[in-house]
This record gives sequence, C-alpha cells and structure tokens, in this order.
Amino acid sequence: MAELIGLIVAFPLVGFLLIGLGGRRLGSEVRIGALASAAVGASFAVGVWLLVELLGRPAESRTLVLRLYPWITAGDFTAELAWRFDQLSALFVLIVTGVGFLIHVYAIGYMHGDRSFARFFAYLNLFIFMMLNLVLGDNLLVTFLGWEGVGLASYLLIGFWWDQQFEGVRIRWTGEAAMKAFVVNRIGDFGMLVAMFLLVLYAGTLRYDEIAGAVMAGTVIPPHIITLIALGLFLGCTGKSAQIPLAVWLPDAMAGPTPVSALIHAATMVTSGIFLISRMNVLFAASPDAMAVVAAVGIATAFFAATIGLVQTDIKKVLAYSTVSQLGYMFTALGVGAFTAGVFHVMTHAFFKALLFLGAGSVIHALHHEQNIERMGGLARYMPRTHWTFLVAALAIAGIFPLSGFFSKDEILWNAFIYGGPWLWAIGVVAAFCTAFYMFRLYFLVFHNSERFDHHHQPHESPAVMTIPFVVLAVLSAVGGFLGIPEALGGAAIPNVLEHWLEPIFAPGVAMLHRGSMHASHTLEYVLMGISLVIALAGIGLARAFYYRESTRPAALAERFRRVYRLLWHKYFLDEVYYALVVDPIYILSVRVLWRITDVGIVDGAVNGIARVVGDIGERVRRLQTGYAQSYAVLMMAGILVVVWYLASHTGGK
Amino acid sequence: MNEWLSASPLLVVSLAAVVALLVDALNPHSERVTYRFSLMALAIALIAAIATIPFRGVAFSSMLRTGGAPAVLDCVFAIGGILTILAARPYIAARNFEHDEFYTLVLYSTSGMMLIAHAQHLLILFIGIEVMSLSFYVLAGYFRQTISSVESALKYFLLGAFATGFFVFGIALVYSATGSLDFGGISNAITSQSLVLPSLLPIGIALIIVGLGFKVAVFPFHQWAPDVYDGAPTVVTGFMSTAGKAAALGAFIPLVLDIVPFKEQSIQTVLALSAAGTIIIGNVAAVVQRRIKRMLAYSSVAHAGYMLIGLAAANHRGLSAVIFYAAAYLFMQIGAFVVLAILERDVERSVELDDCAGLATQHPALAAAMALFMFSLAGIPPMAGFFGKYYLFTAAIEAGYTWLAIIGVLGSMVSVYYYIGVVVQMYFKEATAAPPTVDPTSVKRFPLVVSAVAVIVLGIVPSVLESLLSSFWK
Repeated sequence: MAELIGLIVAFPLVGFLLIGLGGRRLGSEVRIGALASAAVGASFAVGVWLLVELLGRPAESRTLVLRLYPWITAGDFTAELAWRFDQLSALFVLIVTGVGFLIHVYAIGYMHGDRSFARFFAYLNLFIFMMLNLVLGDNLLVTFLGWEGVGLASYLLIGFWWDQQFEGVRIRWTGEAAMKAFVVNRIGDFGMLVAMFLLVLYAGTLRYDEIAGAVMAGTVIPPHIITLIALGLFLGCTGKSAQIPLAVWLPDAMAGPTPVSALIHAATMVTSGIFLISRMNVLFAASPDAMAVVAAVGIATAFFAATIGLVQTDIKKVLAYSTVSQLGYMFTALGVGAFTAGVFHVMTHAFFKALLFLGAGSVIHALHHEQNIERMGGLARYMPRTHWTFLVAALAIAGIFPLSGFFSKDEILWNAFIYGGPWLWAIGVVAAFCTAFYMFRLYFLVFHNSERFDHHHQPHESPAVMTIPFVVLAVLSAVGGFLGIPEALGGAAIPNVLEHWLEPIFAPGVAMLHRGSMHASHTLEYVLMGISLVIALAGIGLARAFYYRESTRPAALAERFRRVYRLLWHKYFLDEVYYALVVDPIYILSVRVLWRITDVGIVDGAVNGIARVVGDIGERVRRLQTGYAQSYAVLMMAGILVVVWYLASHTGGK
Repeated sequence: MNEWLSASPLLVVSLAAVVALLVDALNPHSERVTYRFSLMALAIALIAAIATIPFRGVAFSSMLRTGGAPAVLDCVFAIGGILTILAARPYIAARNFEHDEFYTLVLYSTSGMMLIAHAQHLLILFIGIEVMSLSFYVLAGYFRQTISSVESALKYFLLGAFATGFFVFGIALVYSATGSLDFGGISNAITSQSLVLPSLLPIGIALIIVGLGFKVAVFPFHQWAPDVYDGAPTVVTGFMSTAGKAAALGAFIPLVLDIVPFKEQSIQTVLALSAAGTIIIGNVAAVVQRRIKRMLAYSSVAHAGYMLIGLAAANHRGLSAVIFYAAAYLFMQIGAFVVLAILERDVERSVELDDCAGLATQHPALAAAMALFMFSLAGIPPMAGFFGKYYLFTAAIEAGYTWLAIIGVLGSMVSVYYYIGVVVQMYFKEATAAPPTVDPTSVKRFPLVVSAVAVIVLGIVPSVLESLLSSFWK
C-alpha cells in the first residue's frame, strides 16, 4: 500500500519532465494544460485512495511509510529518501493537489496565448512535485529538499514574465522581485540548516519520529539546544511563510502570474512553515520560550500586515498582505499550542484565499492587466460569477458565520484567549477588524462604486474553464468550516472531525505542554464569538460606508492621519530598513573597504570605471608596472609573519 | 599488490607526459596525435586509479602512499584533465592557437597533482608541487600574445616562486628539527620526543602551511588567485581552480593524519581562522563583480575556504568531506567554465553578466546546464554542492567549530546572490546582442553533459562516494 505514495510524487514529476522536455511539440495549449492538470489530478486521486485506506484502520496505525534508499550516510547517521503518509501529510497532500488541480485548470484559461505556455505548466508541475516532497518527507532532509525546491519553482514563476515592469522598493522589473524572494528565503534557510546540524549532532537523526522520541526521552538533547533548534526552524518558517522579520518578499512575489500567486503564494507554499511546526510539534512544545516567540511573531505579523493592507491600492498586494496576516494567525495558534486550530486555518485559508486570488486574476484579465483598484469599480454587473464567488470568499475571510473562516479564525482567537491571554486575543480581534475592512474596501471598490476603468474595452466574464474552479472553491469556502465545529456549538451531536483526525499527531506535543484539563465556560466562548462576529460586521459596515459609493471620506481620513497613512503606505519602511542595515553594508564593504585594504583592484571595470575609460590593455600594463605583484608579496609576507609567530608561540607539548 | 601496479595511475601519466614531449620534439605540429594520446593516457590512468582504490599501502620505500584517498584524488585529477583537454581543443583551435604543448602541459600538471596526492615524503611533495605549479605558470600564459594572459602567468610565477621559497625553508626546518623527511619518520621523532632542534619544528610547520596555503589560495595568501584566474585562458582557469586546488588540499590530508602537531589546537585554530577569512573575502568580493569569470575567480577563493573547514575540523568526517567537495566542485566549476569558454567571443574581452541575457531563449540547453552549475555552486539541494557543504559543516560542528559552520552557511547565503544573478540574466532578461554562435559539435557538448550528469548523480546518491571515502580512515 505504501508504494502508492511513490505514485503521488511521481505523477507531477513525470508531468514536469514530459512538458519541460517536450514543450510545444506536445501539441496544442489545451493538450499541454490537460496533461499538467491530469498529473496533479492523478496525485489527488491516489491521495484520496490512501486516505480511504487510512480511514479503514484504527487511529494509532494510520501511518504509511515508503523508504526508497539511504540518501546520505555518515558514520552511524543515515537519512533515507523516504515519504510518510499519515493524518497530517494526508491533509496537506489533499490541499496541495486538490487546490493545485483547480488552479491548473484555471491557468489553462488564464495563460491562453502566452508565448511560454508549456514552460509555465512545466514549472507548475515542478512546484507540485517539490511541495509534495516537502509535506510527505519522512525526515527533515527530504522536507528540506522540497523546501528548497518550492523556493526554486517559486523563483522561476515569480520571474515568469521577466520583461514586465514591477514597482517595489528598489525593484523595477519582475526578475528582481524573483531574486529578492529567493535571497530573502535563503536567510530563513540559514536557520533551517543550523537546526538540522544541531539535530544531527545531538539527536543523531533527522527522522521526525526519532526526533520526537529523542525530545520525549528528555535527556538526549539539552533544553537550551531544543530552544535553539526550534528557533532555527522557526527562522526558516518566517522565510517561507513570510512572517516578521522576513515578510518583505511576499508582496513583491505578486509580480508572478496570478495563478502562481494563488497556488504558491497563498494556498500552499507559504503554509510550509505551519506544516513544519505541526510536524515537529513535540520539539516546539518542549521549549516554552520558542513557543512564546512563535506566538508573538505570529500575532505581530497578523496585526502589522493587516494594517498595511488597509491602504494598498494594488489588488494583488492587498491580497498578499492579507495572506501574510492570515499566516500570522496560524502561527499564533501554533504558538499557544493550538496545533489543530493552526492546521484548520491552513485548510480554510487555502480555499478562500485561492478563490480571492483567482477572482482577482479574473478581474485583472477582464481589465487587460489593470491591477489598481482605484481604476476599477462597478464590475458586479459585467462579471456576475466572479462577483458572487468573490463575495463568498470575502465573507469567509472576514469571519462571518457560518462560512469556513468563521470557525477556523474563531478557534484560533479562542485558544489565544485561553492559553495566551486577553492581550493576544485583543490584538487578534483588532487585526480581524482590519481584515474585514480591507477585504470589503477591496470588494466595494472593485465590484461596486462608480466605473473608473478605461471604457475602450468592455469588461467581460472569464471563460468557463476559469469560473468552474471558482464555484468549486466557493462551495469549499462556504462549507469547509464544518469539519472543525467547536464543541461549544456542535456539542456531542456534531463532532469536531478535524480535531479527532489529527489527534494522534498532536497528542504528544499537547501532552508535552503539561496542561491540566481547562474547562472554560461555554458562556465565555459564546461571548467572545459574538464579539468577533460583531467586530467583523463593523469592519464590513465601515467599508460599505466609505467605499460603496464615491465619497470624499477616505481621502479626508487619510489627510487627517497623514503620518499614519504614510507609514502604512510605505509598509513601515521595512524594505528600506533592510537595505540600510543589510544589503548596503555588504556592498560598501565589498566596494570600498576591501578594495582599499587588501584586494587592490577587487572591483572590475564595470564598477570603478577606470579600466574601461583608459582602455583595457593600457590599464593592465600600468597595473603591472605600478607593482601590484609587489604589494601582494608584501601582504603575503605579513600573513606569513603572523602565522609563524602564532604557531611558534602557541604550539606546546613538543 | 605489486608496488608498480599500485602506483600505476601516477606512472602512466608521468610516462605519457615524457613521451608526449618527445613526440613533440621529434615531430612538431602533431597536435592531433598529442590530443588523442593525452586523452588515452588519462583514460588509462583513470581506469588504473579506480582499480587501485581498494589497495591501500605505501610503496617505493615509504615514499608514496597508494590506494585509498590518493587513488580517489587521482580519479578527480584524471577526470579534470580529460574534461579540460576535451573543452580546450575547440577553444584554442577557434583562436588559431592550437599547439601540442598544451596537451603535454596538462599531462605534466596532472602528474604533479598525482605526485602530491601520493606523497608520503616531504621531498616528493615538493617535487609534485613544483611540477604542477611550473606547468600551471606556462598554461596560464598560454596565449602568449595576449597581455592579460601573460600578466597572469608572470604574477603567478613571481608570487608562486616567493611562496615556494618559504615552503622549502619550512621543509628544511622540519628536517633539522626531526632529522627525517618522510611523514612516518617525522611522526616517530615527535612522539618519541627525540627531536634534534625542537624549537624549529613549529616554525617549519608554519612555513609548510603557508606554502600549501598559497597553492590553495586561502586568506591571507589569496590575492594572486583572482588576477591569475581572471587572466588565464578560460579552460585553464577551470582546471587550475579545481584540480589544482584539490591537489594542494589533498597534500594537507596526510599531514593532518600523520604528523602529530597537526592535530594540535593551535594549528586547527590557524586553519579555522584562515577558512573564515577566505570564505568572507571570497564571497563578499564576488558580489560586486560584473565579469562572470572574475566572479567565479573570487567565488573559487570562497570554495577553497569551505574545503579548508574540513581540514580545520581535522576529523575523519572532515577529511572525507574535503575530498567529496573537491570532486563535486571539479564538476560544477569546470562545467561553468566550459560554458563561459563557449560564450567567449575573443580573447581580450571576457564574458560579462549582460552577455548572458536571454541565453535561455537562444540556447536553452546551454542555459539549463549553466543554471544547474550555478545552483550547485550556491549549494542548493539536491545538487552535489549542497551535500559537499553539508558534510563539511557537520564535520566542523562535530569538531566543536560551530561558529565556523555558521560562517560557512552565511557565506553560502551571500553566494546565492551572485550565482542567481547569472540565472536571472539568462532566464529573466531579454537578449541585448546577437546570440553567441555556439558550435553544436558533440565534442563540445561532451564535457558539459558529463559535468551536469555528475553534479546530479552526486546529489542523488552522495552516500556512495561518502561511504567509500569514510572507509579509508579505519
């Protein structure tokens, strides 16, 4: 049975190779798109099959592992190429391939006529393949392969329309945005690698089950090392899942085609961080400090990104900040030990955020690549299917009962209140208000209000190949929440299916937290639920008052709070801070300091400009005669003296 | 095993080098013959090297070590020589400068490297280093009408001679201190406390480290490397910066294993500090380069720094990691240089980043290969470079050098920036000039295909090589 896991991974790989090598020779666009979609759909089908198999087993033996061969061995340490299909990875596999399949289908319509149609689908399949490695990995090394692989695919896809202009801080075209995403993610990978090295050193293994065992044994890894490992992994998560301090790349990643934003930068890849912490829940639970950091970073990001979202005018950037903010909620949940709630929100968010992005793509498509919401408006009339499905998703993300977002967000806020304290809850509620407001600001500005777009082209509804995925995702966004109905609402009659399903995965971690059974009253839960529902409705109401019709109120408000507006518009100047603190110093060190101190002529012609002006040959002769070789020799001599002095004075025991 | 047989890779290449020189002397302009002959000799040496791997021992009155790690290094050198010769022929022929001494010099330098790898005696080590270096001086100045090439050779020679002086002096001091030149004897003298002039030993060892450090181009003896690598003919740079570096690093291995003071904390500290400096300088300087060749020259300094980490760790895992990385680096770096050689239009002007713009649409296969090498050099899984770094850094952590591993990881993060810069140009930019006329002959393609396949295979099954290497230290 476990062999079937290989099929899940193999289908997208085969798709990638076929389309990547075959390209246009495979035939028409439809054929290529169908092949790519079929590859993902087949993986989904096998995933469902295996899920049914798991369901037929008792809860404690719902794990299938496929071991291929020992990938690296060093001494008595081995890491295998192996995949693990259990309750957690099953859920993620179904989200990745299910939502992935819908987005593949949608992309057939969206990418119609693109000169690199085949290349696009090859990259998409490559992404799915890598993402499946990430979530199916039986050890951290396989996950890391996927982790880097999705980064690579994301990089290729962000830069897919490389010749387009793109506005960002010190970014002018999409290729640079792709590069930024890649480089920022490497900072996160630094933490991952350090954590992996420490795990090999202290636990002697990278296998998830063995790591959990080592942590639970209590004596194998010293507590401060556990914290260090957890923080290292979390640094990786902040990179991939765009949290503070590494959140800066995701908004620029919107330079990629919209299906990419939906698939990679909203529904799947960015939730890798949630997956990793869920997978390593025992290790994180063993370090209260790390958990506190996760919760704090999560709630801060949720708030920070939600406030930025209030003022942005690019439709995709609003959604990008919304994604960052929602991911912040998920981390908050993990940080307070509510692992199930975090994963629950991953699932519902995948549905409604993918739908929002696809809807945005449909609008952008209809308006001939217009992305500024100030030049849209009144589209409900022209694009009814896009409009209605978008509205469902917007209500879901705002947290309106009984749509899916209500249940998952409320689960998080409730846990934040109980285990994190009222403050955590309060910040979360404020962010929820912002969410409802910016989402409906977007909705009203795009679909209602006056028609501000260029009337040369009549906007038109997208073809069925694009709108059918909307309908499916809208249904899921609406009813997806019923998988995790809280006890307070469902009572004994309607069980919390998701919590029950994931229980074997998270039970050890929750046990690690040493919580007594907390019996908070249902009344309190109802009250909190009511508050957040009212807050969400208030956000929507305010947005309606401001943006349903043309009004001078928003401009007046922005003028009154000019400084705050400016701060939000410039995203708290985070990018500028990074350039000032990290990027520029390296450049200056390289260009100015090293050049002057040791490596004479370190910078070639393009930077110092002299060589090119004087003429290459003349410059080289001059350089030789002025004695660079001698100055090198002098520097070498200095080095020799230091080495000899050091060894002569420090080598003892002869 | 018979000692002649166990030293056969070295003997085959040395003999072939002499024969090739004679053929050239008697029959000038026999490029085609020398070309084929050199390839054949290196291929035989490669097969012989593979065959001798299991037979570890010493030969010729403890002058040479045979089998095991030296034999694996022989394979690396032979493969490097073969790839270089294959890539060089179209390159130098296109510049109307094909002479048979090119191939002969590759053979000579390879025999020097093998001698270094097999050395169990300081004089053998010295001869090996000189044979290799002298050939490299000439190869660097091979385009003798091109001023950059000549400058490169002259600079290399002057500074190399300077470093050699210290190296010889170090040998002399170690000899005066211990009364012995072979590693076993030196080790015995130190452990039995029968030193003649004990105070000279640390100075001698320091000078030997300096001499070898110069050949590896580690901080603070690295200044020559970017200039020389930049000026030398592109295919030669690929060879010097990989196989040449591997040989000099390989020379450290018996010293670390056999010579007692090399296990001392103070020497580890020197190597560790030097590794850190090398990684930082190489990576930071590479960031601002516009010429790809100069960028790769600086990054080559950084890669030497990574490998030095394995020596500083001075444990078995570290030594295996050095050889693994040397092998991986050979393929990815030579591969990248072969691509550069193909893109270069004339000798005076080297390839700039902008010249790669749009390569992906003009020559997809070439661009894909280059991207593969760049990703591997940047250390992204599942390419060979990632596992090389992984082994090196774990070795450092095992030896207690966590800070060094962190510098290594940080350095490779910086390196992502400039390696990916090349990929951005190739994939995400419009071509500004007419596409380079790429000659699609299979000879040119072969070294690229071999390198690309090796980079992938070493990434998919790294444990095969790694477990072979770790078996050598038992």
